[in-house]
Amino acid sequence: MTTATPTVPAGTQATGPTTRAARVRKRLNSRTATLVSIVIALLWTIPTFGLFISSFRPEDQIKTTGWWTFFSDPQFTLENYQEVLFSSSSSGQLASYFINSLAITIPSVLFPLAFASLAAYALAWINFKGRDWLYIAIFSLQIVPLQMALVPLLKFFSTGVTVAGVQILPAWDLVDEQKFAQVWFAHTCFALPFAVFLLHNFISQLPGDLMEAARVDGATHPKIFRTIVLPLITPALAAFGIFQFLWVWNDLLVALIFAGGGDETAPLTVRLAELAGTRGNEWQRLTAGAFVSIVVPLIVFLSLQRFFVRGLLAGSVKG
Amino acid sequence: MEFDFAAEQPKFLMLMYGLIAFVAVVGGLLLLLDVVPAWFARRRDERLVAAVASGATLPRWRKPREGLIALFFLLPTLLFLLVGLVVPAIRTTLLSFMDKDSSNWVGLANYSWLFSEDSIVRVLINSLIWVLLVPLAATAFGLIYAVLVDKARFEAVAKSLIFLPMAISFVGAAIIWKFVYAYRGDGDQIGLLNQIVVSLGGEPKQWLLESPLNTFLLIVIMVWIQAGFAMVVLSAAIKAIPADIVEAARLDGVSPWQMFWQITMPSIRPALIVVVVTLSIATLKVFDIVRTATNGNYDTNVIATEMYNQAFRYQENGQGSALAVFLFVLVIPIVIYQIRNLRQQREG
Amino acid sequence: MAFARSRQALAIAGVLGLALGATACGTGNDKKSSNASKPECAAYEKYQGHDGKKVTIYSSIRDIEADRLDQSWKQFEDCTGIDIDHEGSGEFEAQLGVRVDGGNAPDLAFIPQPGLLKRFVDSGKIKEVGADTKAMAEQNFTPDWLKYSTVNSKLYGVPLGSNVKSYVWYSPKTFKEKGWSVPTTWDELITLSDKIAASGTKPWCAGIESGDATGWPATDWIEDVLLRTQGVEVYDQWTTHGIPFNDPKVADAVDKAGTILKNEKYMNGGFGGVKSIATTSFQEAGTPITTGKCAMHRQASFYANQWPEGTKVAEDGDVFAFYFPAVDPAKGKPVLGAGEFVSAFADRPEVQAVQTYLASGEYVNSRAKIGDWLSANKKLDINNVPNPVDKLSVQILQDPKTEFRFDGSDLMPAAVGAGTFWKGMVDWINGKDTTTVLNGIEGSWK
Repeated sequence: MTTATPTVPAGTQATGPTTRAARVRKRLNSRTATLVSIVIALLWTIPTFGLFISSFRPEDQIKTTGWWTFFSDPQFTLENYQEVLFSSSSSGQLASYFINSLAITIPSVLFPLAFASLAAYALAWINFKGRDWLYIAIFSLQIVPLQMALVPLLKFFSTGVTVAGVQILPAWDLVDEQKFAQVWFAHTCFALPFAVFLLHNFISQLPGDLMEAARVDGATHPKIFRTIVLPLITPALAAFGIFQFLWVWNDLLVALIFAGGGDETAPLTVRLAELAGTRGNEWQRLTAGAFVSIVVPLIVFLSLQRFFVRGLLAGSVKG
Repeated sequence: MEFDFAAEQPKFLMLMYGLIAFVAVVGGLLLLLDVVPAWFARRRDERLVAAVASGATLPRWRKPREGLIALFFLLPTLLFLLVGLVVPAIRTTLLSFMDKDSSNWVGLANYSWLFSEDSIVRVLINSLIWVLLVPLAATAFGLIYAVLVDKARFEAVAKSLIFLPMAISFVGAAIIWKFVYAYRGDGDQIGLLNQIVVSLGGEPKQWLLESPLNTFLLIVIMVWIQAGFAMVVLSAAIKAIPADIVEAARLDGVSPWQMFWQITMPSIRPALIVVVVTLSIATLKVFDIVRTATNGNYDTNVIATEMYNQAFRYQENGQGSALAVFLFVLVIPIVIYQIRNLRQQREG
Repeated sequence: MAFARSRQALAIAGVLGLALGATACGTGNDKKSSNASKPECAAYEKYQGHDGKKVTIYSSIRDIEADRLDQSWKQFEDCTGIDIDHEGSGEFEAQLGVRVDGGNAPDLAFIPQPGLLKRFVDSGKIKEVGADTKAMAEQNFTPDWLKYSTVNSKLYGVPLGSNVKSYVWYSPKTFKEKGWSVPTTWDELITLSDKIAASGTKPWCAGIESGDATGWPATDWIEDVLLRTQGVEVYDQWTTHGIPFNDPKVADAVDKAGTILKNEKYMNGGFGGVKSIATTSFQEAGTPITTGKCAMHRQASFYANQWPEGTKVAEDGDVFAFYFPAVDPAKGKPVLGAGEFVSAFADRPEVQAVQTYLASGEYVNSRAKIGDWLSANKKLDINNVPNPVDKLSVQILQDPKTEFRFDGSDLMPAAVGAGTFWKGMVDWINGKDTTTVLNGIEGSWK
């Protein structure tokens, strides 16, 4: 299949120029580059920063003056967060929604991750008829708007599958927290095409000799997958994992349809949308709410960033 | 704040069931794949021995088994895709040839509506602008920044700041930028953009009302989010270029410009393709940004937003489906490109 | 990837998972015990016999308003043992369709658009109301109200809350200070507007931004003016497409509304020019009245909930509302309003019991007492309505001279009433001319 020379996945060797001359040169060039790149990075951050500052300003201040006046006239309050986090409402405690978000997100990341890596391996390293077409088909499913999948999928859960009057699969009939299963299912469906695309990119570029050698030793596909492929693709798995985590954590539509809006099952996003939605341009709620919602993804992202970068790199560069 | 932990327990229990199910399904599958072929292999060996002993022709086994194993590897993915995407895609295509209640066939009426209604043509044009501009702008920015930051100090921090918007939801990002574009007719400006305009002596504007400028202002939001993705991927690819190649080029006295076009670009081509393809598809499906920022008013509508409105808010199933099918059609060039790519890869 | 290695643990876990899964499916809901024998439960006697049953309700009502709903039927739940599970969503109109088509319909839905209600009746999803419910509805509502939920002379929903839209909010305090008087005719309204404009204050403020419903406040303006310039007959023809959407009579009304809405001298107090109407949220659009930057704001009775905390809503308070004056008093006293209807997607007896209860006098009085709510229900006792604007609305609704008409955009097909009409109004405010906008809307009405 491939005659490439054996190389380690590119991600693990990304250490930059190694010679002394290169390092010296790099240092000389670096000053302007550093300056420019930091200026751009700061510019990039200003919109978020403005919102962040605003979230600590009193309501009348947010609505009448720009956030930059904070520096000349600092007025600080935690009331916006107080309101967003603990305001009394029938919709329950924010902590409840937080747990819902966790319970929705974890399996919704694991399932597509496992299924897609299995599929990507088969599409890359098992010889069977029509596999390229299958791969292209799965790839192109990325474009199916998930909005159009909502009704059929909901029907699948609520009435089961009936073909020509014969009930093939029963309705799920889930109540309360059991509805998480529906959300996991839906997120898994919607994530798979991109996951297969990303992981296939990576797995197909693993060195072929490694596989050949293992086959010669009599290893079966499951064994190769477990002992050779899985350890090599951990960075890619981490990368997709973060992607999927961000996507599921930030999702509103899927959760709203398949979990409902109550505090038994609805995630954080549903609660925040509710806060923001009932009172129009209430910047003080929007600003604080937006920050509450991005704290967790931010922590996850920053702590796993290293894997993420390696994974993407390895997934996209030919080894 | 009172918090009743007992009330939350069922959720954790459910989460545990989910995790157990995960282990059972994935582990079970691998186990099955390990045990069954081993059993087949044993049987084959026995037959082989028997065949050799009796002097008959050797049976061929290898080929069908590969296909069977592939099937098991693919089974969960295929099942989920069938239920979650393939059936809906077929259903949508069928609905696009039916009327709004999906009770009568109307032929191509929904498609002719697509191209005859002025507001919809505007939607199609906007989507085209989006899909041309976003991947281009985000990739170009990501690439330039990746090259720039490659030589910079504080590289990790700078990259994190650029990448930060990726962690923010589309809705959150749209809110952040609505705040930047905000307008006050009376008193101080609260939006940064108008403040800058005012301090430069200009008149404040309602930016999101100015067509066609507003579409570009919304595109800025998408680029702001996605440039980090492009930057991270491309930066990693640049770092993966073998140091000896770079060094050899440098010793040959290659200028930085030549270096970029002759060494860097060819080396990172696969990474570029992944970035552009991923961004194009994400852009075609862009929905939340437009919906949150302008709700498609002031000539900023795009296909996904209008599709949602038609199918769910106006209960015009046929027209909504036709828009969705049009989305499928737009992705065909990307698919063809992928096929070519795959062929090249297989041959190379 | 330890899971792949320890096969034994895995097999055990698998079996365990199946077993646990099986038990998980068996758990039911917590049952409520009824207190039917308590004295305060006497009024709910006819709803008894459904102890421990659950009824789900889906609506667009959220936040504080949702809390008030839960409070309003608390006693009913305690007495009958029926558990009412209400869920409110900002995406109600779109999500209801998804849930119903997906086979996951709620038992009851509060539908604010008769047009949407008809769509579900046409597709056979909404159940005709039961005999008890029908009797209750006919006893408590005028035929005018029931006709909106009647299809082919069968009743498919009972009215719940209502509101009156033909109001202009103002500050009695400011009016008194400046010596302005409340106008009772259209001409007086314009004279007053000119007078205020001449004094250096912009007389009007408006805002039509409302998330994905942006534009609706402007459609109310048009409907209100059309009712005043042409009368109820033309209005009825227009909402049922008996005359084209771009009929000259309609264009005339739109232009008349434009003499206020698109008048740079009048608009938009506290926010900027005419175009700022498009981006000002309807919730904050009237607030400049409290700071004196704007004098008048045309908005429905429910705007009483939107004033900043501490604003006194009363005839002698910080803000109050007057009836949007008639152009030609000889053409009667038209009132624009709206409301929601309780429709059932299931015909289980407990669902019908709740539906009947929601149409009853006990319920509307229980809900009204909690505040900021009113209904066209004849059993509603005006003394149970605490808010003075709501009191005024109840008087208007119960006044026999009133010619009540339902919000036209809610009667039209959703693609027009919640689509091109809204969007057309946004374009109109943003500078497009009347003819182009009306032709566009007419073109979308098939």
